[in-house]
Amino acid sequence: MNTRKRGDRHAAIISKARKQAGVFMLSDLGNFVLFFAYEVVEWINEKGKVILDHVLLARLLTFITLGFHIIFATLGVGIPLFVSIAEFIGIWKKDVHYHLLARRWARGYVITVAIGVVTGTCIALQLIFLWPGFMQLAGKVIGLPLFMETFAFFFEAIFLGIYLYTWDRFQNPWLHWWLSIPIILGSVGSAFFITTVNAFMNTPQGFTLENGVLTRIDPWLAMFNPATPSKVAHVLSSAFLTVAFVLAAIAAYHLLNKKTHEYYKKALRFTMLLALIFSLLNTVIGDISGKFLAEHQPEKLAAAEWHFHTESRAKLIVGGILNQDTLEVEYALGIPLLLSILANGTPDSTVIGLDQFRRELWPPLYIHYFFDGMVTLGGYLFVISFVYVVLDFLHRKGKLKRLVAWNRPLLCGILAGGPLAVLATEFGWIFAEVGRQPWILRGYLRTSQAATPASHLPEMFVLFVLLYLFLAIVVSVVLIRLFRKTPPEMELEQRKIIL
Amino acid sequence: MELHRIGIVIAWVFLYGYVLVASIDFGAGFFSFYGKLTKRDHIINHVIDRYLSPVWEVTNVFLVFFIYALVGFFPDVVFVYGITLLVPGSIALILIVLRGSFYAFANYGARKSIFTLFVYGVTGLFIPASLATVLTISEGGYILVEGERVELLLGKLIASPYAWVVVGLAIVSVLFISATFLTYYADRAKDADARELLRRFALYNSLPTIFMSFLAFFTLYRHNPEHFDRMLYMSWMFMVSLGCFLVALALIIQRKAYGTAFFFVMLQFLFAFFGYGRSHLPYLLYPYLTIESGVTSEAMGTALIVAFIGGLLLLIPSLFLLMRLFIFSANYVQGRRGT
Repeated sequence: MNTRKRGDRHAAIISKARKQAGVFMLSDLGNFVLFFAYEVVEWINEKGKVILDHVLLARLLTFITLGFHIIFATLGVGIPLFVSIAEFIGIWKKDVHYHLLARRWARGYVITVAIGVVTGTCIALQLIFLWPGFMQLAGKVIGLPLFMETFAFFFEAIFLGIYLYTWDRFQNPWLHWWLSIPIILGSVGSAFFITTVNAFMNTPQGFTLENGVLTRIDPWLAMFNPATPSKVAHVLSSAFLTVAFVLAAIAAYHLLNKKTHEYYKKALRFTMLLALIFSLLNTVIGDISGKFLAEHQPEKLAAAEWHFHTESRAKLIVGGILNQDTLEVEYALGIPLLLSILANGTPDSTVIGLDQFRRELWPPLYIHYFFDGMVTLGGYLFVISFVYVVLDFLHRKGKLKRLVAWNRPLLCGILAGGPLAVLATEFGWIFAEVGRQPWILRGYLRTSQAATPASHLPEMFVLFVLLYLFLAIVVSVVLIRLFRKTPPEMELEQRKIIL
Repeated sequence: MELHRIGIVIAWVFLYGYVLVASIDFGAGFFSFYGKLTKRDHIINHVIDRYLSPVWEVTNVFLVFFIYALVGFFPDVVFVYGITLLVPGSIALILIVLRGSFYAFANYGARKSIFTLFVYGVTGLFIPASLATVLTISEGGYILVEGERVELLLGKLIASPYAWVVVGLAIVSVLFISATFLTYYADRAKDADARELLRRFALYNSLPTIFMSFLAFFTLYRHNPEHFDRMLYMSWMFMVSLGCFLVALALIIQRKAYGTAFFFVMLQFLFAFFGYGRSHLPYLLYPYLTIESGVTSEAMGTALIVAFIGGLLLLIPSLFLLMRLFIFSANYVQGRRGT
């Protein structure tokens, strides 16, 4: 009894002591956090003038807005084509599955478009807030496509509104299908116009700069600059490829989860076939883009390939680590002659290296990794879609009994292809933008001269990061909930009753 | 007409379009929220949803149009406004983003909770307030320009009675335009309960609109007398505007011709808006920027006008189709088919 009581008291004392110690520890921890925060702030203030300067903050804010926006912009450019083709097949072959595919994709599309619209409004205004020096100049020379892009989007938005709310309104189903054409025209048109602006930043033309005054402005020439064809083609083909894989990944996900409905199989077959076509197209266009760079923006290609010395029969460097001081590349895979072939089509041709440019005008050399990443991912997408299409073909011919087209490893590969395709888009975009540095308008205006001098950039940066995080979470939840609530099996059943 | 006049008219037409379309949208959001709060949402919300669903995306585009028309025709504007509006502009952007995405989520995905309606309703009042402040800033006195250095005098802006009157005017105008349109729309839908409630909202906001307008004239007289003088010079436009308002008010009070009433509200704002815009000229930012000094090159201006005409030829028939299918189609409005 007694010992037990003593034990209790003992325990009470210990627990009290622990609590107090806890309080001390907490306050210590608090002090430590304060101290740490103080150190961090000091460090930022000290280094901030160098590291977190205006230019970098403006670039970072543009980076997060565009990095977030292009996901939805890519989906926005690609999905209408897929919806339209699916609806076409659905009406033509009287196939309810394709019809439902078109409906469900369109339904998801509205939500991605909503995010695309609002983040697009963000970047439209942020360009003015963050890069007033550039926009002032750009407005004078390249304002035309900026203006026309809005028209194209407006056109798309009007018909999207009509398309979404008139599924069962016309007697003739083809009338409804025709409404998808202006949506495609609008989305491809806005991609075209905005890409011409980006092309102009890479190869500006259509004006003369004399003593800081712009003269002889030709907006049409500025719009159709040398970079326009290859850039527009690459943006479109990669958008279609990405969308094909994102939609295929959704079908693959359901098939992996033991759903066996014909609907998913058709969706997968349809998207993978288109993925293979756009993958081939994208590879060809990517090659054209490389040849374009070699001719018009050799420093970008050279930086992407770590090609320092102008030479013929140049080898292609894949991966590796660069010694920034000696400019020697280690642990890289070198493929003889390939760079010359990629740049000019023949192994004997000369490829301009970075030695032709002043060091301060070199693009950051880390773009090599983004370039390699983009190409590798593109290769992966090609291989996966090729294997799938071949297996599916053999399977349908009855030649493959055991290895069916929906086997699990392949489905996993397709599922991974969705996010990887988006990643490839991001890599390609980062490569394109960072590879233009230090210029915002190549040869005329440096990025550092164009950034806003306004204060409060750090706060705005934090605000927008939080905003996009929030949006990313909410949009995922909403999309998942939207499609979980009404699975296709249920919808098909409801529709068959109506039919 | 000279290039700079055409340019500013094009930009101003887009802004007028935005004021109308966005007001209907903003007000509708607020009424949805208010309806939910006062447990009357079942009366009005389906009318509001029916109108908003197919057209909401179009709204933002008008704003971007206006801005890029300005950027194209008056690129120098970008520099001063771009630097000074970083903070207020970013905040307005965040509100626009929240509003647009919440609308899409509520409408196409998630349930309609009081929280989403709150975000949707309240941003509908803050956005016009913050955008109207840009017009206040353009009156001069709130921006300091010293060579390359440009600064917004935020303290002076907040302390200015004119700025607050403009904010108030923007909010009551939004509610008035929206309520008169929705009254008309509910009437087309043959929904008597919704019509009566919305009609009451329209009447509540009618006189405050005029009262705030007078206050705005008065405070502008103290803030920028030069502009006020130019307004007096074209005072007939404001008189016509007042006349249109009285016609609209009379029609709504007598429960007659709601469509015509809304048309007169449109005219009321057309005359007031263009009267304000015309008297604002030649200044884009008093007294630093005028339309003559900031205008773009001849070649760009011509190209923009060509693009504008081409775009209109494409857009007007499409907009007409949209309206025929959703706004002026009695079947759709009454919810008989095609939802």
